[in-house]
Amino acid sequence: MLIGAFQGTVHGYTFSNVRQLFNHPYIDAYKTSIEVSLVTAVLGGVAGLFIAYAAIREGTPRWVRSALTTFSGVAANFGGIPLAFAFISTLGPLGIITVFFRHHGWDPTQHGLSLFSKTGVELAYMYFQLPLMILVIAPAIDGLRKEWREASANLGGSQLQFWRYIGVPVLMPSLLGAIILLFGNAFAAYATAYSLTAGTVNLVPILIGAYYSGNVLNNPHLAQAMAFGMFVVLALMMVIYIPLQRRAARWAK
Amino acid sequence: MKPRRFMAPSAWIWLLVAALYFFVPLMSTMLFSLKSNQTGKCCTAANYSWVIHNSTFWHALRISFLLALETIVVSLLLFVPTIYWVHLKLPRLRPVIAFLALIPFVVPPIVMVVGLLKFFKGTPGWFYAQPWGFLAGAYVILAFPYMFFSLDAGFRAIDVHTLTEASQNLGARWTTTLVKVILPNIRAAALAGSFLTLAIVMGEFTIANLSAFHTFPIFIQNVQETQGFPAASLTLLSFAITWGAMGSLLLVGRKRGVRGAVIAGAR
Repeated sequence: MLIGAFQGTVHGYTFSNVRQLFNHPYIDAYKTSIEVSLVTAVLGGVAGLFIAYAAIREGTPRWVRSALTTFSGVAANFGGIPLAFAFISTLGPLGIITVFFRHHGWDPTQHGLSLFSKTGVELAYMYFQLPLMILVIAPAIDGLRKEWREASANLGGSQLQFWRYIGVPVLMPSLLGAIILLFGNAFAAYATAYSLTAGTVNLVPILIGAYYSGNVLNNPHLAQAMAFGMFVVLALMMVIYIPLQRRAARWAK
Repeated sequence: MKPRRFMAPSAWIWLLVAALYFFVPLMSTMLFSLKSNQTGKCCTAANYSWVIHNSTFWHALRISFLLALETIVVSLLLFVPTIYWVHLKLPRLRPVIAFLALIPFVVPPIVMVVGLLKFFKGTPGWFYAQPWGFLAGAYVILAFPYMFFSLDAGFRAIDVHTLTEASQNLGARWTTTLVKVILPNIRAAALAGSFLTLAIVMGEFTIANLSAFHTFPIFIQNVQETQGFPAASLTLLSFAITWGAMGSLLLVGRKRGVRGAVIAGAR
């Protein structure tokens, strides 16, 4: 059934639809989608790593970690329409934070900060990217054994040298793998951006939705070609992901 | 190297920033939900009573909840015997199924719905035009990875062979073995998968929107387009449902070594 469904997406027409993907405005949609996914994946990945490390490292009480993982489990599942609304009520034109700043004489909307733009979408996506990163990277951080740090210190290594020669190289495959996972996560997202921007930001899933069920634009074949294009991008990502996953598994407990 | 006795300053900063980023939107939504729809002033519970007295709300919530139940029942009926059989007789098929289970995880819902709508076009109306048919079918596929990885972890934690042999030696039939021996042993895993599925189905927007069914997330979106403040209370409610499902999942998971996937998605 699954295989049939995906064969169905590219069935029974010429290459003209697929070729059209490389034209304006479709190629721009891919560019925007990839840009948004890349930005949120890299920022979310790096920030998520630091947050997870801050919660796990020595000195932080243990309950912080379990609270963070529990919350991440919920937040990673909290997406779509409600998430978009939570951000509208925070940073939208009438949002609590916006109104607060406006009250104090500085209007964020006058300074180019709009929630209904690419930046706004990225900001909202971080809300599910960060928790996902925290959940995915925590086991890898656990894999950084205390003994290594002690061994490094015994050999006269500084904090910096530990990270330069041990910490970062060990974490690197997990980090890159997780970033690819986050990329796919953001690339596939539809509901959040749909609800937040009402289609003003040109993302591939939004375009597919518009072409598939829209009243004005209606070209299911083109939608199918675009869906196929997304599938290709994600398949490429998987090809990079699998070897990284193997390498990362080496240090897993 | 002496162990740290206090939290590192950088850890403080990162955790504080994270806490702000995660809680401010929720607090704002709560403040929003307490404002009056007419005057925009705080504080009133009118939005909540508007929601409770709205029949469309109950209708949409009911559809989503029943869909979640149907998806859970169908998935369990399909996957428990399959995974049991694979673990018992065909262990070499396990990687193949694990790979198949990754497909719905990797393929974005928007791509999946386009494929499914095309594939099922022309099927009878009782299937294609009903949420209980088409949408539930799509959700079973969507839930497959989460169900599979939860159940698989559950089956790996028990000794399927010994249990089956013991049960058969005592003269039990296959169905008896499955229902009375295997099922109680993987109960925690099955529950974990079910709660994940519940969280997914209650929040799923993409497929429902493109196939034009009026589920709970669609209702929230419709309210949000017209009335801001009641939408805030619905947003909180949706968050509470996710909390409930994930909280139950964690409680169930704590009992036995069930550590399946905890990352669902309704983006």
